Amino acid sequence: MAARIHPLLGAFAILVFLFLLAPLVIIVGASLSDTTYLTFPPQGLTLHWFANIFEISAFRNTAITSFQVAILGTALSLLIGIPAAYALNRYRVGLPKWLGTLFVLPILVPEIVFGFSLLKSITIGLGLPIYPSLIIGHALLVLPYSVRVVGASLASFDFSVEEAAISLGCPPWKTFMTVVLPNIRAGVIAAFILAFITSINDVSISVFLTGPGISTLPIQILAHMEQFFDPTIASVSVLLMLVTVGVMAIVEATLGLTFLTK
Amino acid sequence: MTVSLTIENLSAHYGQTQVLKDLSISVAAGELVSLLGSSGCGKTTTLRIVAGFLQPTSGHVRLGDRDLTRLPAHARDIGLVFQNYALFPHLSVQDNVAFGLKQRGIAAADRAKRATAMLERVGLSNLADRLPSALSGGQKQRVALARALVIEPPLLMFDEPLSNLDAKLRVDMRVEIRQLQKANGTTSLYVTHDQEEAFSISDRVAIMNAGRIMQLDTPEVLYQKPANAFVARFVGFENLIPMKVVARDGAVVTAEAAGGARLHLSQDLFGPIKDDFVLATRPDGLVVRKDGEGVPATLGTRTYLGRAYQYKCGTAAGEITANGALSEPFEPGDKAVLVPMPEQCCILDPET
Repeated sequence: MAARIHPLLGAFAILVFLFLLAPLVIIVGASLSDTTYLTFPPQGLTLHWFANIFEISAFRNTAITSFQVAILGTALSLLIGIPAAYALNRYRVGLPKWLGTLFVLPILVPEIVFGFSLLKSITIGLGLPIYPSLIIGHALLVLPYSVRVVGASLASFDFSVEEAAISLGCPPWKTFMTVVLPNIRAGVIAAFILAFITSINDVSISVFLTGPGISTLPIQILAHMEQFFDPTIASVSVLLMLVTVGVMAIVEATLGLTFLTK
Repeated sequence: MTVSLTIENLSAHYGQTQVLKDLSISVAAGELVSLLGSSGCGKTTTLRIVAGFLQPTSGHVRLGDRDLTRLPAHARDIGLVFQNYALFPHLSVQDNVAFGLKQRGIAAADRAKRATAMLERVGLSNLADRLPSALSGGQKQRVALARALVIEPPLLMFDEPLSNLDAKLRVDMRVEIRQLQKANGTTSLYVTHDQEEAFSISDRVAIMNAGRIMQLDTPEVLYQKPANAFVARFVGFENLIPMKVVARDGAVVTAEAAGGARLHLSQDLFGPIKDDFVLATRPDGLVVRKDGEGVPATLGTRTYLGRAYQYKCGTAAGEITANGALSEPFEPGDKAVLVPMPEQCCILDPET
């Protein structure tokens, strides 16, 4: 028997969905508009603005940079995050409680403050070039996802399984790779996806770390809007959206979306 | 290849707390010794030190003539069976059992043959392709047992292996474990908090308390001749009555309990009796009678046990639990005498 839903609750839910989806509909509409300025509803229909993206080399270059930074930054965050999450769970008893919170700080600190402090410390302080600064900055930005999501996986991992492997003659490092890692695979993939999406959509960190010649796609969208305010921005946004939806679709098809939220 | 396990003067600390105090045990080749005690007594700590998961503050662990104390856990060659099975969730039953062989560099074909043979011995060859999540508790523990046995370790250790199983299965499994252990002649250390389990499965049992071994003996000796008050209480000697010798006449001593009750005890039966001692009995060893030589008591609650009545009795030496015949029931408030049955009593040193 299906549960009865109060008509008002149903109506409210529909409103919430409309509210969530409306901006997306507006963006898609605006991207198709046959005008030289952003407008909704679209006046006339054209794919010209999508074609226009590929004619502007800045969009192409920043898109490549964005993907590289997202992949390398996420990978770096996992490289730090997985061992950190492992240590936090394995030695939970002996470690101070605040240590876990430390790894979530990038989410708690206002992003604009975090971005500025990265500029001061990495780009100015260490004098690193823009590209490595971006990768390190993004790695730190998404580190909380790596630590928390992998940590959630490890929290339900029975560490006596690890001891069983060691007692059977498997050295600790090999045990981690062949026994622990395969059992937290879902968490590592989920962390990668969340971190990747966060990185590729990020503005507030990148705005401080990008510079002459090297920029990310969201920053380029901002720059383009300031100069032109034409529907190209809407069409780029639609593409960026499709990338996110695409990644989610892959997750849904292979692992099921539920594991991202569990 | 059977070797002995020697644990020498082991001490261990968790931070400032000393959890093992100068503990020594030796397990003869092919013998199964249980560590028995309530939680926090140090039995699991001992096992984990032998396994190499914890470092002792001082002391040594030897297996045959190998000193294991500083050896990393993965180089110790010990078969371990855990309370929660600890099977590899991502590997099939067959691969779980073959895991240890793989670490030893044994070729795939030989590995498969030996794992299959071992699964057959524990009666699970039809489940070889399953994942652990598709097995029942008893089947999981059989796989864990097979996984530990297939590497033919010189030492097997069990950490409360049956605690997660239901009562009936627990009895079946302990018989099975004992048969496999005996057939292989593997020296074994078995940790449990369940007295019946320890007594039924072991050659000898070490009763532990607060990081020390209180007594290490065969189950028969522990059950009948506990060496001290702690062990006596542990094996069911509920009544500990402090007494003082007031007269000696040849082999017979006359002793007095609090309140003045006097008993005659023969040193031919108990061995030399010191001036201050404790008389320990189970409820069965003290019979409630109208009269006789014993401790005067006022009877309290009566419980029907089937073979006898059990009474809570108030005496000058404190509350005592004693049994009385079904043919002679007493009512709460009756005055009676608790008569000790000498063969069922123990003489212990006073608790310090």
